[in-house]
Amino acid sequence: MAEPFLSIQQVRKAFGATTVVQDFNLDVEPGEFVSFLGPSGCGKTTVLRMVAGFEEPSAGKIVVAGKDITRLKPNQRNVGMVFQAYALFPNLTVAQNIGFGLKVAGMPKADADRRVAEMLDLIKLPQMGDRYPYQLSGGQQQRIALARAIAPKPKLLLLDEPLSALDAKVRVSLREEIRSIQKKLGITTVFVTHDQEEALSISDRIAVMYGGKAEQVGTPFEIYNRPATKFVANFVGTLNVLEGTVTDAASGKVRVNSQEVSLQGKLNGSKPGDTLSLALRPEAISLGRHPGRDSSLSGEITEVHFLGSVIRVRVGIGGSTVSLDTFNSPASPPPAVGEKAEISFSSGDMLVLH
Amino acid sequence: MKQGSRFWAWLVFGVGTTYFVLPLVATFEFSLRKRRGEYSFDAYRSVFEDPNFQATFTYSVVVAVFTILLGVLLVVPTAYWIRLRLPNLRPVVEFITLLPLVIPAIVIVFGYIRMFGSNSTLPFLATARGTDALLVIGYTTLALPYMYRAVDTGLRTIDVRTLTEAAQILGAGWTTIIARIILPNVLIAVLSGAFLSFAIVIGEFTMASLLNRPAFGPYLQNIGANSAYEPSALALISFAITWGCMSLIQILSRFAPRSANRPN
Repeated sequence: MAEPFLSIQQVRKAFGATTVVQDFNLDVEPGEFVSFLGPSGCGKTTVLRMVAGFEEPSAGKIVVAGKDITRLKPNQRNVGMVFQAYALFPNLTVAQNIGFGLKVAGMPKADADRRVAEMLDLIKLPQMGDRYPYQLSGGQQQRIALARAIAPKPKLLLLDEPLSALDAKVRVSLREEIRSIQKKLGITTVFVTHDQEEALSISDRIAVMYGGKAEQVGTPFEIYNRPATKFVANFVGTLNVLEGTVTDAASGKVRVNSQEVSLQGKLNGSKPGDTLSLALRPEAISLGRHPGRDSSLSGEITEVHFLGSVIRVRVGIGGSTVSLDTFNSPASPPPAVGEKAEISFSSGDMLVLH
Repeated sequence: MKQGSRFWAWLVFGVGTTYFVLPLVATFEFSLRKRRGEYSFDAYRSVFEDPNFQATFTYSVVVAVFTILLGVLLVVPTAYWIRLRLPNLRPVVEFITLLPLVIPAIVIVFGYIRMFGSNSTLPFLATARGTDALLVIGYTTLALPYMYRAVDTGLRTIDVRTLTEAAQILGAGWTTIIARIILPNVLIAVLSGAFLSFAIVIGEFTMASLLNRPAFGPYLQNIGANSAYEPSALALISFAITWGCMSLIQILSRFAPRSANRPN
């Protein structure tokens, strides 16, 4: 395996008696786009700020390109950062903002001007150089902030919830733009967000964080389809959780609300009588029996929401409710509340949460 | 708006204006009476032609400029650091900066005379330049409540922490951050503080008089004690200078950089 470009090793951060990050480990490959995803207060921004140098780790080491930067000041790290609040300098024009880092680094004016023009082209705002930040929309300001961060060719790009202050439409277009620029430049990037859709859509890998720890690090596909912990399964995507009792561990039989489901090969270490949390994604469930789906449960339809192309149906199974989506078909009306219904799924899609 | 309430509003405005303007009009009218039987600007001519007026006014302007410079150098980094790193100390610093409003200038200046006399380890009063420096320090202290509040208010309008971090991550050191990011963004506030300091220094009497410096304040007092019409002319000139300073603050505040930290 190649040497990681960014290596966060056993990092811990405590503010007084409160530990906000504990034993955090992560290796990021060169050119990789890694997201820290988690709820507020999970420590994701603190880790990012330690990489930037704004917070000093209480323990552990941060290495970039083979160099230990743990004790370096932020202005000695050659790291670019985009902030949630844009943080453009209000007294400087767009061009001066982008050129700030170049000027500080002592780049000759002609070269700096060329680089600023290049950056303005990259973010598709070539005519905006003379404007002041207050004359721009939020989306434009954040693109300028991105250009300013990458203009000095930093080794590492840090994005601290850069899309949170923007409206939904701008957020989607800007995240695609950020990803495309990151790929074009091949710059190693760490992105902090609490928005799972954002993280899933643009990351090479995601570190899901909770309580100051990385609960799981993996590709978006792995995180979504094979969550390692109950928290990851609940936090990422919509999940139906059913309680089951192991009846026969050897053959994988589990009783869910007096109906039996077979989970062969997934009950390692369980014994009869154990209670398990079983999870199913809505898209893994079908209404009615379908070929290829080896398990089924019966219940009663409790809610039907017609959303246009999709119909969201909730089925009560014993004391639990399962949510599933079916496509609208003009030929058949949506199911009615109170109807008896059978849901089917592949036992392979069922997750056993620990 | 109802007719009745508009009438009362105008009445209050009229009474207020009369209360403030009438004494000025009376002083102005009196200052024009130097020549018997007719109005003239003789009192003003006499003031402007007085070499002592020019000398003391120039002296006070120079002292005011140094006071502003010292105030800016002292207050901007302090207020910035308090906002950035020591927010818990803010009430303490605010209390300290308010002390000059509570402690009379005469107490401060007697303290100076005792502390910095020619026999002390820091003999500011042993030379004229030293005394000038002490006067500047004294004026900076007197202007501290105004300067600190003006700068602190300016700092409140910008996101000091994020702007500092944005500049740091781009490679800037503390001097660059203060000189190129923080100061320009609070420049209008600093100028407000500067003009308030200027207005205080131009009219100040106690410190200059007790330190025996040829400042404008003692000159005003001296003229007031020995002439009839010139004090009125001088009062109006001082008033015009103060008002000029206030107007400049108002004009400059229109050019304050607007915050970029506006969400969509």
